[in-house]
Formats: sequence, structure tokens, C-alpha cells
Amino acid sequence: MFEEFKWLPEQASTIAPEVDMLTLFIVIVTVLISLLVGVLTIGFAVAFRRKSESYIPAPWFGCIPLEIGWTLIPVFICLIMFTWGVKVYSNIVIPPADAMELYAVGRQWMWKIQHPEGQREINALHVPIGRPVKVTLTSEDVIHCFSIPAFRIKQDVVPGRYSSLWFQATKTGTYQLFCSEYCGTEHSRMIGKVIVMEEADYQKWLSEGAESGSALQGRKLYTKLQCVTCHTGNAEAKAPNLEGIYRKHIPISHIDGVKIKDGTKVFADDSYIRESILYPNAKVAAGWESIMPTYQGLVTEEELLQVIAYIKSLNQGQTPPRTEETPTPAIIQNKNPSKEVN
Amino acid sequence: MSTTNETIQDHGQHHHKDLAHHFDTLEQQHDANTLGMWAFLLTEVLFFGGLFAAYTIYRYKYSAMFEEASNHLDITLGATNTVILILSSLTMALAVRCSQTGNSLWTGRWLLITIAFGLMFLGVKYVEWKHDYHIHLMPGKDWSGKDWWHWQYAKKAKEMDTHGKGAGHSYPDKKDVIADNDPSLGVRGIQESQQARLFFLLYFCMTSLHALHMLVGFVLIGIIAYFAYQGAYSPEYYSPVENIGLYWHFVDIVWIFLFPLLYLLGAHMGH
Amino acid sequence: MATVSLESKTFEKFPDIVGRHDEVNYLNHDHSVASWLFTLDHKRIGLLYLVTITLMFLLGGALAGAIRLELLTPKGDFLTADTYNKAFTAHGIIMLFFFLIPSIPAVLGNFVVPLMIGAKDVAFPRLNLFSYYLYFAGSVIALTALLLGGVDTGWTFYTPFSSTYSNSYVVVMASGLFVVGFSSILTGLNFIITVHRMRCPGLTWFRLPLFIWAIYATSVVQLLGTPVIAVTLGLLGVERVLGVGIFDPRLGGDPILFQHLFWFYSHPAVYIMILPSLGVTSEVIATFSRKNVFGYHIIAFSSIAIAVFGFIVWAHHMFTTGISPYAAMVFSLLTFSVAIPSGIKVFSWLATMYGGSISFDTPMIYAFGFLGLFTIGGMTGLFLSTLGTDIHLHDTYFIVAHFHYIMVGGAIMGYMAGIHYWWPKMTGRMYSEFWGKLSAGITFIGFNFTFFPQFILGYLGMPRRYYEYPDEFQVLNVFSSAGASILAIGYIMPLFYMTYSFFFGEKASSNPFGASTLDWTNTTSPPSPHNFEKTPIVTEEPYHFHGKEAAVVNH
Repeated sequence: MFEEFKWLPEQASTIAPEVDMLTLFIVIVTVLISLLVGVLTIGFAVAFRRKSESYIPAPWFGCIPLEIGWTLIPVFICLIMFTWGVKVYSNIVIPPADAMELYAVGRQWMWKIQHPEGQREINALHVPIGRPVKVTLTSEDVIHCFSIPAFRIKQDVVPGRYSSLWFQATKTGTYQLFCSEYCGTEHSRMIGKVIVMEEADYQKWLSEGAESGSALQGRKLYTKLQCVTCHTGNAEAKAPNLEGIYRKHIPISHIDGVKIKDGTKVFADDSYIRESILYPNAKVAAGWESIMPTYQGLVTEEELLQVIAYIKSLNQGQTPPRTEETPTPAIIQNKNPSKEVN
Repeated sequence: MSTTNETIQDHGQHHHKDLAHHFDTLEQQHDANTLGMWAFLLTEVLFFGGLFAAYTIYRYKYSAMFEEASNHLDITLGATNTVILILSSLTMALAVRCSQTGNSLWTGRWLLITIAFGLMFLGVKYVEWKHDYHIHLMPGKDWSGKDWWHWQYAKKAKEMDTHGKGAGHSYPDKKDVIADNDPSLGVRGIQESQQARLFFLLYFCMTSLHALHMLVGFVLIGIIAYFAYQGAYSPEYYSPVENIGLYWHFVDIVWIFLFPLLYLLGAHMGH
Repeated sequence: MATVSLESKTFEKFPDIVGRHDEVNYLNHDHSVASWLFTLDHKRIGLLYLVTITLMFLLGGALAGAIRLELLTPKGDFLTADTYNKAFTAHGIIMLFFFLIPSIPAVLGNFVVPLMIGAKDVAFPRLNLFSYYLYFAGSVIALTALLLGGVDTGWTFYTPFSSTYSNSYVVVMASGLFVVGFSSILTGLNFIITVHRMRCPGLTWFRLPLFIWAIYATSVVQLLGTPVIAVTLGLLGVERVLGVGIFDPRLGGDPILFQHLFWFYSHPAVYIMILPSLGVTSEVIATFSRKNVFGYHIIAFSSIAIAVFGFIVWAHHMFTTGISPYAAMVFSLLTFSVAIPSGIKVFSWLATMYGGSISFDTPMIYAFGFLGLFTIGGMTGLFLSTLGTDIHLHDTYFIVAHFHYIMVGGAIMGYMAGIHYWWPKMTGRMYSEFWGKLSAGITFIGFNFTFFPQFILGYLGMPRRYYEYPDEFQVLNVFSSAGASILAIGYIMPLFYMTYSFFFGEKASSNPFGASTLDWTNTTSPPSPHNFEKTPIVTEEPYHFHGKEAAVVNH
């Protein structure tokens, strides 16, 4: 056990030295104040030890300058810590715009990672050095926490929603990936490895045994789940055109069935697309009837990620054609009279 | 802190029969008892407050379905209950007044009438809940689930057909309900059913907790009424009556918040 | 009646004119079991609590022993994963709800508060006994949950694991906590009314000893916070039984809502645990420095400030859950605000010692330990209120070390200081100073050995609630477990020498330490059943040492 013993974790990401520097500052403050208190306690105890039972010390009720001093100095130090902390925190939580995107799904008791190019891994995460990587996370069951101590980052992985974290690795090597939110029996075994590689090695790894990419899988689902029957992308469409909508502002007319102010828009990110698939009524695009059925229970989290990856990649004119295998759904044939039924 | 040579001789003084041994004066005892009841009611505010907080959050998250679900509560019965409870607070206040003026007989009587009003309230609630159980709105295993969506859809379809002929708050017969194998149904509406069920869960939790407080209140009022008839209370010592009055008024106020929040969410129009 | 000369500046050994044990006192006036089980005497109720919470502490400690034993090796070889998970859950629940939260208020508060304010009892003695039986019933229900098979959710009961996935006895345990919560609420209510309405003549608010201020602040937190956890556990139980989706996202619920509701109480709860210790420390340092407490008003206000601020910082437990960064910033800033009053207290206590006449009795040794460990624990909180570092440290052993420094190094040391300080008053006996000081020292050393390595483990990234861990963490874990064995000895020793002293200890005079507060100067050791014959009248500020703090009790 001694061979592997370490005092401090590796610094393997761009943010790690920032966090460590802040930590060092707080450590110094802690050590100084603790030493001060310790030394004064012992010092006063010795210096003012009881020498005579008959001696009554003179009372000391207060000393304004001293009290102001020991109030304001800590306030000042705390403000420094707070501001510095916010600065480091904003670097931790705000990813750069050009970050490479990965997806991770946590479930009892494993991590399933998906690369957009198609590679899938379990309990392992291969990433290239020197490039920002953003991981979008969700859980299939309980709350987990995706934690990489060498990068100094972690993020809770919550079922029913997406969360994300980002990092840029600065050192090749293998690092620990932990689940840091208690999630049941095998919580301690829900660990993995983060493997940081040189860019060339990473590309080589990607091309080995990759399945067809997430987006391609998503395209297959787009037809299998009959999205294409309404989102046809042409004049007969019964549903909005999804080409190029990713990260655009979409005008919406109803929220949860309630009509809202004209001109309200929603930002079409991953979460919005996921929400529209599972809760189609949540935000209905302006100018369209709310007739989309929900896919709750019909898609897994991984399939959702693949469909979203496909929609993200969908450019003008690329909607696949509807064929005989994907007939118009019955709801449109019934010509339902009421707009409110949904 | 130190004492002087003066201390108070407090043994051997005449003890009022209602003065507990650890208190010095009746006034101190009265103040302590009243302050104690107010502090207890403060904890009750926080107790109900947790439920109100959960309710508020979901009410805004699922506003449409909560309104729909609220429309299934009987507003007439709810309003009747509100009136009953306010009347019971009146009789309680009269009981307190009688105890302050030394009228033991009417103290006891007004207290019993308060219980009677309270029982009427619970009777109305029983009628409401029995109906909800019957139409599968209890959020347990019996929850209507898919039926919820059926009714919503069928009810609206029925209203469309009757052309606004003042369609009452009636539930469609089986024959009006969309067939289970209709391809337009199935998974759709599960989410709405979940949201409506959440409303009903919160409704039953909050009103059950309220009803539980009323039941405890009955027991306490009953005990105090018994002592009142025995002549235990007088203008010098009436704080138990006053304090049970505080408790009962609090129970009333909780209902005054519950009623609009739960019953009056939607417009209840045309239902 | 002994007269007290206000001009006297000399200090004579106390004439022990009272405290003879052939006298009738609250312990010996009735020996029947019924007189103990149905007592309305706040002093006896305090002792009932003492016995029960000591038993719960031993159980919680045994569970800690099992945990540290398992963590000696990286592999899971001593316990199964499920048993380990149930062990740390039970350890947390028992230590927090059944030991720490009641400890000082229920034992020392019940015993001392009426004595200290010149009252015959608390405001509602029957409610006090009822609170004890609620505590007892809650403990029985919780133990039943353990015997049935335990709970494996962690004491934090996070959803949806606890509401949908866990196969353990969550509802039974939640019921036990619900019941014991009401014990806490009613105890708090009792103390608030007692302090408001039962002070003896002349005892204005700013003449109250600081222990009373601390208990008062604690009681306010107990009163306002505990109902929220009661309702939260109620909703959790309803969800488990009925399967409705309040917290389960598959059914439309929000798992993070649970965390908000849970921490809204559970953060103030940690202030319930530490505030009374801060009060005890004021009393002990004043008495054993024979000097007034520096900055009395500020310390009184700081207790109230900690109680109030404690309610507005809860989401600092949730920085990594995905709350908005703006919310995170607000909670981070507010969390720093709680550190300031705590720091003021520590410096004021040091100023109290300055120029004093300090004796090294066992309570004072514990107070010294408290000063050091509470400071370290509080300062390590700064790493966690700082957003940039909290992300890395959240849910690691750093957190475990931080809260154990405050709760064990702080709260439990304060409790031990209090027990050792008021023991002569409660029992009329003196314990062995040698064994007392030795235990204090062993506890201090064992504690630091156990928990200091965990700060490093946490920074290295070792997550909490792991029963298996990577090999590189073993060295520090072995240190920690070794320290735990020493700590255990330090805690077991008092069981022996204190119990021994109860029966065979040297008899105590009414004020052996020369304290200045009414609990010491106005009662015998042990006190008579109704505390005193004549109600005192207070004319001075507290902690005024004249020189002859002899008892002025007469019979």
C-alpha cells in the first residue's frame, strides 16, 4: 500500500491548478488562524494559570477596536475567498463554445459513455489531450454523481433531466472516475477510468471498432419511431421542420396547454428537444397544432441521446423521405375537431 | 450574578387552587400557557408550510393540469364547509367569552356546539371523499390513470355535442368513453394523469392533515368542556379555554387558506 | 444565612455549610421506580435522558467501529456492501437524531436552565415528561427499523433512491424520526416559554448567563425547523406507500425538491447541535478563568445570529445538483456570513482567558480541546462555502472530516465539558480529576488521528459512503481507523470513572469550582427537589466574581 500512496491528486486538467491555488490560499488562512487560536489558548492557559485561590482578576468587558478588528478582518478574508471562489466556479461550469460533446448515462451501477462518432464505452472514458470536452449527463434511475478528482470536477447526474460538465485534459494518463452520490449497494463499485490520449492515438482509438455514429443511429430511430411521418420537412408536414433548429430560438404559442404572449421564444438546446419528445405539450411551436403524442416509455435515455444527436446534425433538405413503411398516423386521419384535445 | 440579602419567602404563602407549583402567580401561569400555545401554533404553521411549499411548486410547474383537477372538486361543498368552520370559530369565541365571565354552563354548551359544527364539517368531507373514491380519484392503486384522460376527452367531446347546453359536472357513461384500443390514446395522457394525480395526492394529504387536527381538537375541546361543566374555570383561571380557542381558530385559518388554493384554482365555469 | 460582602476582594475556600448528603435532595427523596418514570422534576428528566442517550451513543459508536474496521482494507471483506450501507446509515441517524440533537438541551438544558434562572421547574413539566417519552418511543421505533433489517439510504434519504428503489425499512425509520422530532420541538417550546416567563426577579435578558442565550437560540431553531423535516419525511412515506410521484421523475416528480425540503431543516439542525456547546464553553471558560466573559452582548447576539442565518444557507449542500449558478453564488455568500459570528465567539473566549486566573480542571481541558477543534472544523467549512473548491470536495471524505470536527471535536467535546462541569451539581459527587483529564487527552489525540487524515483523503478524491476503495487510499484509512480505536477508549473511560464517582466519589460542596451563576450559588449539590426555598433576586450583570461564591442557600 505504501508504493501507491499519494498526498495530493494529479493535476490533469486546465482547471486543476486554479482549484489547487485557491485551496492553497484557504489552507494558509486556515493554518494561520488555527495556529493562532491554538497558540493563544495554550499560551494564555500557561501565562494566566491560577497561582492563588484568593486572586480575582479584574473584569474586561470589551474593547471596541479589537472587536472591530476581529470582525472586519475575517469579513475581508471571506470576501476574498468568495470572489475568488466564484471566479474559479464560473470557469468550472461554463464550457467553451467549441467543446467536443460526449454523452454519459449513469445507472445502477455503471457508466455508459457515448461518443458522437459512435464509440461506446462502459466505465471508461477516452478523451484527447488539449481539447475541451463537454459531457452531457443523465441517469436512468437514481441520482449519481460523475466525478473526476484529477480534473477537480464533478456533477450530479439526476434522472429526468440533463446536466453537464466540461474539462480540458492537460496530461496523458489514466485517472479515476468515481460515482460520488450514494446510489445503492454497489455505489463503491461504480468507478471507471478516464484515459487521456494524444490526439493521434485518440483518433486511432476512435476508428477501431466504432459502431455507426450516434447520429446515424438516431436517423434510424427517426423513421422507426415515426417522427418522419409528421416532421416531413415539406409542404404536407403536420409538424415543424426540424432541419437546422438546433440552438435556434423557436417561437412558441402554448405552454402546457395555456396560450402565451405572442413572440415568446424558446432556445432549442438538448434539453428542449428531449422535453419535446417526452412532454410534447410543454412548449408547442407557434403556428402548429399540439397533436404530437408522447414517447414516454417508448424510448430509452440512450435512444433519446441518439435522436437528439441526429436532429443536431440535420441540415437543410436532409429530412429523410417518408415511405410506405411509415404511413400517416391515425390521429391525422381522424381529423379531430377540437384544438384543445391533447 | 449575585443575590442580595433579600430573597422572597415563597413557601407558606396561600396557593390558589389553580396555580401550579412551579409558578409564582396566576398571571405568570396564564402568560406562560398562552405564549406556549402561540409557540406551538408557530410550529404548526411550519408543519403545514412544508406541504404548502410542495403544493405551490407543483401548482406552478403543472398549472394547466392542476386547474383541471381542481375543477373536479365540489366547490359548493367546499364553500359550505368554509361557512361551517367559520361558524364553529364563532361558537368557540363565545365559549371563551363565557369562561371569562364565569358562565360555566354556557362555556360547556358553546364548546359542545363547536364540536357539533366540526363534526358537520367532517361529515361533508366524508361525502366528498366517498364520491372521489367512487370515481377513482384517490391517488392509490385505484387511481383512474388512463381513465382520467378518457374522461377529459370524452367530457369535452360531450360538451361539444350538447352545444353548451349547460353541461353539468357529470361523468360520462362507459359508452361515451373512447375505446381502449383507439390508436390515438395509449401513452398520451399518462403525463397529464400523473400531474392530476399529484394534485389529488396533495389535496388529500393537506385536507387529511387538517382533518386530523380537527379530530385532535374534538378530543381536547371535549375534555375542556367536561371540566367547564364541573365549574373548573373562572374569571381568574380560564386559560385552557382561551388556548383551545387559539388552537381552533388556527385550524379554521388553515382551512381558509386550503379552500381557495385547492378548490378555486380553475374557473369552475361550465362545469 | 451567610452574608455576602460586595466589597470583598479576597477569596476564601468555601465553607461547605450545605450539601450534606443526609439532607433530602432530588435524588434520594423517593427511590421508587414510579417516582422516576412518572417524574415531573426537570432534574430527574434530565437524568432519564442522560441514560437513554448514552445507550444510543454507544450503539452509534459501535456502528462507527464497524465502519472503520471495514475501511482498514481496500476490499470489502468484513461486511457485505448492503450491511455496510446500512451501518453508515444507522450511524448517521442514531448519532444525529438520537444523540447529538437531544444531548445538551435534553440533558444539561433540562437540568440546568431552571436552576440558572431561579425557577422551580420548566414552564410545562408534564410536557417535558411527554417529550422524554416521545424520544423514548422514537428510539424504540428506530431500533425496530434496525432490527427488522435496517435502512440503506444514508441518513439523507435522497430520492428517488429512498422513495422508489430502496428495499429497506424506510417508512419505519422515518416514523421513528417523525416521533423523535416532536420530542425536539416540544423541548424547544418548553425552554422558550421558560426563559420568557420564569426568570426570577431582577433577571433581565442581559443578565442571563450565556448558556441560557445559547439554549434559547437552539430552541428557536428546534421549534421552527423540525416541523419541516417531519412533513418531508411524511411525504417520503406517502410516496413509498402510494407510489405517487412527488419526488420520482418517472411519475412527474422532482428529486431535487426533496433535497431542498430536507436541507431546509437539516442545515439548521447542525446549529441545534453546536449552539448549546458554544453556550457550555462560555460558562466553563468564565468559571475556570474566574473572569467575566469578554463581549457578553456580542456573544449573546451572535448566538441569535447563527440561529437566524442558519435558516438561509441550506442549498450549500446542493452546489453540484444543478441549481442555477446565481443561486449558488447567493448561498455561498450567505454561508460565509455564518462563519463570522462563530469567529467572534472564539476570539472573545480567548480574550476572556487573557488576564484570568485559569485552573486546569477537566471541564476546562475539554474546553481547550473545543477551542482548537471547533476552530479547525469551522475553518474547513470555508473550503466548502467557497464554490470553486466545493465542487471538488463535495461528497468526499473532506466533508466527512469537516462535519466530524464540528460535531465530535466541537459538539461532543462541549457536551463532555458540560457533563464534567455540572456533574457535581447533578450527583453531589466529584469524579477523579486524573481519569477525567486522561480521558480528555486520549479523546483529543484519538480524534485528531481519526479525522485529520480524512481531509487529505477527501482532497485526493475518495468519495463518501464507499466500502471498497482504490489501493492508494489505504495508508490514510489505516491511520484513521487506528485513531478511531484510541478515540473509542477515550469515550469509554468516562462510563467507568463517572459511574464509579456516582456511588463512591468524594462528596461535592455546593460550589466546588467557584462559579458565579445561580445554578451553583443558589442550590445545594445535588439540589433539593424543588431547587431552592427562597426565590433569589438578581441585581448584577452575570459572571461577577466577588470572592466568596459560597452557597447562600439556607434551609
